[in-house]
Amino acid sequence: MANILVFAESRGGSVRKVAFEVLTAARSVAAGGEVHAILAGAPGIAAQASSLSKFGAVAVLVTEHPSLSAYNAESLAALVSDRAKSGGYRAVLFSASAQGKDLAPRVAARLGVPMAADSLSVAFDGDATVVTHYVYAGKIIATLRLAAIPAVVALRPGAIAAVESSGAGRIESIPPVGDPSTSRVQVTESIRGDSRKLDLSDAPVIVSGGRGLKAAEHFKLVEDLAAAFGNAAVGATRAVTDEGWRPHSDQIGQTGRQVSPDLYVAVGISGAIQHLAGMRTSRTIVAINKDKDAPIFKIADYGIVGDVFEVVPALTAAIKEAKAKG
Amino acid sequence: MKIAVCIKRVPEMDVKFRIAPSGVAVDETGLKFDMSDFDGYAVEFALQTTERLGTGEVVVISLGPDVVQETLRKALSMGVARAVHLKADSVPADGFAIAQALAAELKEGGYDLILFGKHAADTASGTVGLMAAELLGIPMVQACTKLSFADGKGTARREVEGGAEIVAFALPAAASIDEGIARPRYPSLKGIMAAKKKPMDVKPAQLGAARLTIMKLALPPERQAGRIIGEGAATVPELVRLLRDEAKVL
Ligand SMILES: Cc1cc2nc3c(=O)[nH]c(=O)nc-3n(C[C@H](O)[C@H](O)[C@H](O)COP(=O)(O)OP(=O)(O)OC[C@H]3O[C@@H](n4cnc5c(N)ncnc54)[C@H](O)[C@@H]3O)c2cc1C
Ligand SMILES: Nc1ncnc2c1ncn2[C@@H]1O[C@H](COP(=O)(O)O)[C@@H](O)[C@H]1O
Repeated sequence: MANILVFAESRGGSVRKVAFEVLTAARSVAAGGEVHAILAGAPGIAAQASSLSKFGAVAVLVTEHPSLSAYNAESLAALVSDRAKSGGYRAVLFSASAQGKDLAPRVAARLGVPMAADSLSVAFDGDATVVTHYVYAGKIIATLRLAAIPAVVALRPGAIAAVESSGAGRIESIPPVGDPSTSRVQVTESIRGDSRKLDLSDAPVIVSGGRGLKAAEHFKLVEDLAAAFGNAAVGATRAVTDEGWRPHSDQIGQTGRQVSPDLYVAVGISGAIQHLAGMRTSRTIVAINKDKDAPIFKIADYGIVGDVFEVVPALTAAIKEAKAKG
Repeated sequence: MKIAVCIKRVPEMDVKFRIAPSGVAVDETGLKFDMSDFDGYAVEFALQTTERLGTGEVVVISLGPDVVQETLRKALSMGVARAVHLKADSVPADGFAIAQALAAELKEGGYDLILFGKHAADTASGTVGLMAAELLGIPMVQACTKLSFADGKGTARREVEGGAEIVAFALPAAASIDEGIARPRYPSLKGIMAAKKKPMDVKPAQLGAARLTIMKLALPPERQAGRIIGEGAATVPELVRLLRDEAKVL
């Protein structure tokens, strides 16, 4: 039996889906222990607490402060590490999202313990914690043993599917640690991408474009295909972000984002090893490329040899039709 | 501005790795090593920053066995002023143990800015920089795609899911570097000659206890060999059928 503390990530006043994934993982290791969630944000965030109860948080610890409206690294590090210390938790779990990747190492250092980053799975083995994690540009999977309590672990977004659990939870309010408005690192501006667009880490389907598209304006083809799926985000190769056709934040690969959607559609992408490092764990991979010897075909479940300008519009139309039929 | 850059020596990644007989390390035979990619961007950014300001100094630090001196030498040949080698028999998998040793060295250095890579190419963890900064008690901004300084303050841009954040912070501070900031220069012949005479301090690394260890390394399950299902737009109906009936993703 072990009590687990979860950092329930929110942005812009809403809990993010990754928080439910981490709660699900916490339940799977708690073995009868309680799962507690920390939810922090601007006044009003408490209204979101019940969504965390639905995913198994027996206690939701809510901290509200105007200076927590944007991600406040130093204040949250103090809040989570203080609670981790006083609550006697067996483990503190985060998502390995942009926030979690930033926050978890800070919390671990404050607790004086090592941590496991970007983990695919987590399990307890007596007092030790065992995780799996990709190393060497995704080419090797490591099983790591963490011999410290609390075990600080960040879980890769999408690695664990969020599952609801019945059961209500209590909600407690806890004050911030120190004054959040005096943090030495402050977010002064949040730049939002198109809010209708799904993020790469949330999207079940990713349609990604490469240099084969030949110009920024041809990304319309990729966007139209993504729109036809309805649940797709748009990604790109480094060749494309180097050209400035897409922002760097869309880049998938060794030096970009690592994704594992249910479906990855590679459009005009050669399949360089550095690109594969970011998407090879996708469940199903489709590739469209005019060169039958392109390396992407070695890992694509379904390859079509052909011109993207011909195949992609046809595919967009066919997906629209399939979706319309339900 | 006095800038320290922590750099790690890692294998080049565009090879097929083999697991060593121990099962907990990669077989290093035939591997080529270099500075981890993001660390290279950090070195370049540090050099450009001091060059622009016309004053300051860039120092590189690497923890590991004697071979890391090659990596430090490369940074010196790019224009870095001096290097510190924190000597250890091997580099532990435990990022906190590394962070403790780096923090012990950085503490008395009087640096205005301490740079790291967003993550090391081998561990893909991204924990060492944040942990070292916490131990030093200085502000830290992780994964910057832009970074600038004015009046003793820094401004950074970080990419986050579905957008970006602009972050302001006080100096002295630490930051880790994402892609897009600067592409590392190639050392010139003159640089390589000059590097031979630049100072390299060698000290024992004050590593913390290693409490994160590798139990096993394995190659990920091979994907089923790829399959080309046809040519041209005529294949689209078959693709849609497979996505619906076989892959069940529609
Ligand atoms: C240290 C390092 C890190 C890197 N990190 C990354 C990373 O994170 N992500 C990444 O993506 N890359 C990364 N790269 C770059 C990588 O090596 C490749 O250069 C890049 O992925 C190639 O992008 P691409 O497939 O779009 O372009 P290309 O390799 O030029 O491929 C274009 C493809 O389009 C096809 N094509 C052309 N016209 C058509 C058409 N009309 N119809 C159909 N197909 C067509 C061609 O046959 C070709 O296969 C990195 C490289 C290095 C050295
Ligand atoms: N052995 C090392 N020596 C010097 N710097 C290191 C070392 N290991 C990690 N770092 C720094 O910490 C960053 C993050 O490493 P990691 O947490 O392993 O992903 C790297 O990009 C380097 O800047």
